Amino acid sequence: MNEAAGGGSPLIEIRDLSVTFRGYGGAPPVAAVRGVSFSIARGESLALVGESGSGKSVTALSLLQLLPYPNAAHGPASSIRFLGQELVGATQAKMREVRGNRIGIVFQEPMTSLNPLHTVERQIGETLAIHARLSPREARERTLELLRLVGLPEAEHRLQAFPHQLSGGQRQRVMIAMAIANRPDMLIADEPTTALDVTIQAHILALLKDLRERLGMALLLITHDLSIVGKMADRVCVMNAGEIVEEGATGEIFARPRHPYTRRLIEAEPKGHGVPADPKAPTLLEAETLKVWFPIRRGLWRRVAGYVKAVDGVSLSLREGMTLGVVGESGSGKTTLALALLRLVSSAGHIRFAGRDIAELGERQLRPLRREMQIVFQDPFSSLSPRLSIGQIVEEGLRVHRLAPDPVERRRVIEEALSEVGIEAAAADRYPHEFSGGQRQRIAIARALVLKPRLVVLDEPTSALDRSVQAQIIDLLRDLQRRHRLAYLFISHDLKLVRALSHEILVMKDGEIVEAGATEAVMARPRHFYTQALMAAAFDLAPVSE
Amino acid sequence: MTAQFEGAQRRAGDRFLGRRITPLTRRRLEAFRRNRRGFWSLWVFLALFGLSLFAEFIANDRPLVIRYDHSWYFPVVQNYPETAFGGVFPTAADYRDPEVRKLIEEKGWMIWPPIPFSYGTINYHLPSPAPSPPSSVDWLGTDDQGRDVLARLIYGFRISVLFGLVLTILSSIVGVAAGAVQGYFGGLVDLGFQRFIEIWGGLPVLYLLIILASFVEPNFWWLLGLMLLFSWTSLVDVVRAEFLRARNFDYVRAARALGVPNRTIILRHVLPNATVATITFLPFVLNGSITTLTSLDFLGFGLPPGSPSLGELLSEGKANLQAPWLGITSFLVLAVMLSLLIFIGEAVRDAFDPRKVQL
Repeated sequence: MNEAAGGGSPLIEIRDLSVTFRGYGGAPPVAAVRGVSFSIARGESLALVGESGSGKSVTALSLLQLLPYPNAAHGPASSIRFLGQELVGATQAKMREVRGNRIGIVFQEPMTSLNPLHTVERQIGETLAIHARLSPREARERTLELLRLVGLPEAEHRLQAFPHQLSGGQRQRVMIAMAIANRPDMLIADEPTTALDVTIQAHILALLKDLRERLGMALLLITHDLSIVGKMADRVCVMNAGEIVEEGATGEIFARPRHPYTRRLIEAEPKGHGVPADPKAPTLLEAETLKVWFPIRRGLWRRVAGYVKAVDGVSLSLREGMTLGVVGESGSGKTTLALALLRLVSSAGHIRFAGRDIAELGERQLRPLRREMQIVFQDPFSSLSPRLSIGQIVEEGLRVHRLAPDPVERRRVIEEALSEVGIEAAAADRYPHEFSGGQRQRIAIARALVLKPRLVVLDEPTSALDRSVQAQIIDLLRDLQRRHRLAYLFISHDLKLVRALSHEILVMKDGEIVEAGATEAVMARPRHFYTQALMAAAFDLAPVSE
Repeated sequence: MTAQFEGAQRRAGDRFLGRRITPLTRRRLEAFRRNRRGFWSLWVFLALFGLSLFAEFIANDRPLVIRYDHSWYFPVVQNYPETAFGGVFPTAADYRDPEVRKLIEEKGWMIWPPIPFSYGTINYHLPSPAPSPPSSVDWLGTDDQGRDVLARLIYGFRISVLFGLVLTILSSIVGVAAGAVQGYFGGLVDLGFQRFIEIWGGLPVLYLLIILASFVEPNFWWLLGLMLLFSWTSLVDVVRAEFLRARNFDYVRAARALGVPNRTIILRHVLPNATVATITFLPFVLNGSITTLTSLDFLGFGLPPGSPSLGELLSEGKANLQAPWLGITSFLVLAVMLSLLIFIGEAVRDAFDPRKVQL
């Protein structure tokens, strides 16, 4: 056990916790959590690690009894003892004492966890008024103190700000301020940084670490990201399919993982480099001073008052069989750049594809070229039409370009494309909802590949997937590139992934390229401070001051 | 995994009315069936509507079958001159005429429909002056011109529902198409179309109908056309909103990146998103169409005089307060019909509600 436990009883002790969800429409019940036991000592930091669907969030919500009862039910032996009090089946009044008072919680998505109609002062003041019964003046002072504690700049001016006026990182700071407002004994952080950009992630994690030390809170950190665990947690519980498969001190687990699942998680970190490619290959895609400006209209006559410069004067070139990584945070214009290169949004500037200027071509003239340039989107759940079968989805491009007009031949081509991405051919008649996220992304890749394109734009193709699935998709992409000499434009915010796939990289910020060059050279000696910050965030926790 | 796959196979083979359906459709059907009020309303309504489609065989002033002089006659479907039965006039036989009746029954027999009146048949043998109260002959009494109320109700119900259905289907087609174009292309197309709809919607429909009624004699199709000119706008907003949302979906973008033409994208990828919203609205549009026709008839600007219509019956009820069976029956029929449709509409809306049907 940890020193922090001080030999006394643990702060919270979970014994044999199980959660079952009722099935809908005659479906069998789903056991989300099965016989989970662990305990957290005062001031200790425990990480629950697992992939999506492993039951880690459900476990965290059970601690606060926030599950949708009675659709969710705990097993008869389940017990959660917090400071000696039993929480399973506790009365609402008792739970209100615990929630937000003794145990604070920070959720993943700071935009939806704050009430959009309340100011920052009201959001935080509410918990203070309920639990600490402070007068408005005292609550205001305490709120200010909290906002300074969580490092929100210009705290006095932010009191009257609404959530939409704050950035993602600032919102998450407000969420943390709310969670620690009553000096809880324990803070539950449910994927606190997943929705944030990498550079901001580092700041928030540093803040959590600092607060924990200063306030002596215990921290239950729920995450899928092992690199966060290594930096934040004293102990780790690895969850898989509703069970804890391994538990131990963080250093121990990383050094000597015993359970095969833990080993797989640790090994799933993206590794390797781009496939060998001919640096003298002919240039396939070239852009010169590409601009995508969205006009801002104001006033009665909707005069153009200014522009949002989503992409501002970007030049790039991409050779056959090579990968160009485009790195940047959300809002840096990566996706807009990709859509502009494929002529899916209007732009100014020159785009040359296979020696032909395509910037001025009409939709009809572009159609034959569409076959050669394809795109794979970020979210595999929204990029497949839910009402078409897999076969029909892959078939669509073939029909449009009148490839394989014979139905038997077409079916064979579709099945070949599916099996090339590792989906069994018999699945062609099934619908997208029957597949997991990783499988769906494979199907989206098959849809692009079946046309035998020369360029594939990969717009964050793995960021909606679990780490272990990410690695498989990256392997698949590398394999396909080697076999078909594909050129990739790989967009990502994750430098580890970019390193594993790209030959050259572009770093974008506010629509402009701030750094470009061969991947290894840029990574070894990042010149621009923004690249340095991204590097630090991806490979090290310490945030770089600007 | 195998169990899951078998489940998927079984679901893939799920059929409804011979068509392959997705598990989602199956769940919606079951949710509809679970709403007992809506489910039974649908059956009652279908039964009533099905019966009224055969109104000629239920309420008619001609016999269903005549056996005369060893041969068969079917006056319901075919006209026979009076001379065919040994009468004097070469005109169509009036089977309610006691003379004709006597001629036929001398050499055979005939079977009458359960209600021996059509919607326009005037009963000249009333026990009391028209409107006469319910009796064993006229089950719901007669109106002020001596016509059987029940027969008029059956025909009136049929014409109301048919009018409503045709108007609903046509205005949905036009409305969905207009909404689709606006939402999918957006920008100036959308702006122009929206302003046009606002102006168009500001036109005084009732006055236009009254003015037009003085130029042409309004019949079923004229009225349908005139109403269609103004009723198609009701679905535009819903469909436009769905298209505005869906045109930025990744799979629509993916289709554009594949080079799929706009028409195909609209029909194949975006329209299915709008069907739920459209279907949810349809029963209410149907109700609105029926009510509009009834109110026009009530005001006297609707179907030509003499045609069976619920609105006309209502106005007769208003003009003859001493004959309460007119007002009460027409009110009840309208109330039951509209309520049934609303119940069905509610059940359909709930069945398509993603918050009630778990995905």
